[in-house]
Amino acid sequence: MTTSMALDSSALGEAQAVRRPVRWHIAVFLAPALLVYTAVMVLPLVETLRLSFFQGADAQQAFVGLENFRRLLGDERLAFHFWNALRNNAYFFAIHMAVMVPLAILLGALLSLPRLRGSGFYRTAIFMPTMLSFVIAAFVWRLILSPLWGITPNFLQAIGLGSWFTAYLGKEPYALTTLGFISVWKELGVPMVLMYAAMLAIPNEILEAAEIDGITGIGQFFRIKLPLLWPTVGVVAILTFVSNFNSFDLIYTSQGVSAGPNYSTDILGTLLYRTFFGAQLQFGDPHLGATIAAMMFLIILSVVCLYLFFVQRRLVRYQL
Amino acid sequence: MLSAGKDFRRNIVVHAVLAFFTLLALAPIVLIVINAFKSRQAIFSAPLALPTAETFDISGFVAVLGGGQFGSYFANSMIVTLTALAGAILFGAMAAFALSEYRFRFNTVTGLFFTLGLMVPIRLGTVAILGMMQGADLVNTRTALILVYIAQGLPVAIFVLTEFMRTVSADLKNAGRVDGLSEYEVFFWLVLPLLRPAMVSVAVFTMIPIWNDLWFPLILAPGEETKTLTLGAQVFLGQYVTDWNSVLAALSLSIVPVLALYLVFSRGLIRGITAGAVK
Repeated sequence: MTTSMALDSSALGEAQAVRRPVRWHIAVFLAPALLVYTAVMVLPLVETLRLSFFQGADAQQAFVGLENFRRLLGDERLAFHFWNALRNNAYFFAIHMAVMVPLAILLGALLSLPRLRGSGFYRTAIFMPTMLSFVIAAFVWRLILSPLWGITPNFLQAIGLGSWFTAYLGKEPYALTTLGFISVWKELGVPMVLMYAAMLAIPNEILEAAEIDGITGIGQFFRIKLPLLWPTVGVVAILTFVSNFNSFDLIYTSQGVSAGPNYSTDILGTLLYRTFFGAQLQFGDPHLGATIAAMMFLIILSVVCLYLFFVQRRLVRYQL
Repeated sequence: MLSAGKDFRRNIVVHAVLAFFTLLALAPIVLIVINAFKSRQAIFSAPLALPTAETFDISGFVAVLGGGQFGSYFANSMIVTLTALAGAILFGAMAAFALSEYRFRFNTVTGLFFTLGLMVPIRLGTVAILGMMQGADLVNTRTALILVYIAQGLPVAIFVLTEFMRTVSADLKNAGRVDGLSEYEVFFWLVLPLLRPAMVSVAVFTMIPIWNDLWFPLILAPGEETKTLTLGAQVFLGQYVTDWNSVLAALSLSIVPVLALYLVFSRGLIRGITAGAVK
């Protein structure tokens, strides 16, 4: 990702010709964005990081160094919740990588086939769940999977798998996996369209050259198209990572603030909310909340940096 | 080259796969909407059937629209989303113009400063954002949400609009300057109108996360007066979870406006995503 530093040569020429001491218009153009962005996003982020090193209410705040972090990782109950949420979050991300990315590649490849009738219709339809909020997605699937309504058990019975039915969202071994699939159902649209666009960007000459060499169909996909897609897979992976590691809405709506059953669906977003605001018998603690936010910040930033410095550089980008 | 027979068989497989995923994407939504129009008994006895004359029942909609606050939630969502969008796009375009048009000392640093926001989610600053909004007495106001969403939308808007700024011809801008336009007039009269397509795509895909957000309404504006549609639906559905008619009706009412909007904008939206992310 490059921010445009493009230099307009004519503007430069003009600036040199007429030496204006201060070009106020630059400041005026930048001021509103800088002001809002700094005041509402950057300073609160910095302030949250700062709060994680302090304890006590507003007036008697005291610097405690890494004490909050030691508590988070050392206290038996807190550490259990933190590692549990981190593990669940990693698993949640793994489901997206293992299910959503291959599906996005498959659907992108099929949609970009030349002369495919109804391609626009399929694309529009499969993208539709992406428009819905997680609140809606969570309730739609809660109703459909509900043992009360009976849609899912009847359906499974009809295809001969009646014995497979269980309360998927209510049982510890299945709940998080089920939520992962619900999330994939909703989130598939954007990766699919990105893959689709990446495939369309492959020039016809390359594919024709491959056909002349006798590489067609599935072989063409694996040997020509897939290598050209890796940079897009990288973009999808990092976007998914960032969004998974601060996601909250789906788990909160579907499983409640305690991310039940028995915290088996707790992820960092729900843990942050619970710690910061408190839930049921537990009081909220802004400093501990800030500490969890700081840990999330560290995790996201380090993975993004690792990606930018190690993965992205090795992804071969072919000049098309 | 593929033979005609093989081509035909391949086509059938391709359509079967795509139809399967289309069904998977749409069936849950259709199921909710058709059952919202049925009586409670029919919802359970024949969930897959379309509503018939005997089973047709809109008591759920009556309950939701009569008792609920959906009108005010909807208005809140509209005000917050549209204002935040306008702010993010206008401020974003101004900043993108400054960054791409002029060379000045802190250009690179400012650009990187905004790029940071592409990677770090604003949610991580929530603890301090809430503290700040409490200090400014903005909790439970739409202003709090609008400010947060402008900040959230700015990095993407600046990133995408900077790319498009480069395509505006330098001759045009210089011609304007020769004719005596100030830098502000060049931006507002010459550049901004040419950016309209780019602004539409930024708008469409900045809008979805704002409209659908649950986190900030829940934390900054949970009061009845300022609830957005997403938060309102969440609270309502949680409370009435045993009243199936109302729940299905509320879900349908939340789905339908989004889908209608999507069908109108789907082309621009998908083009916008691909233009923003694929070089």
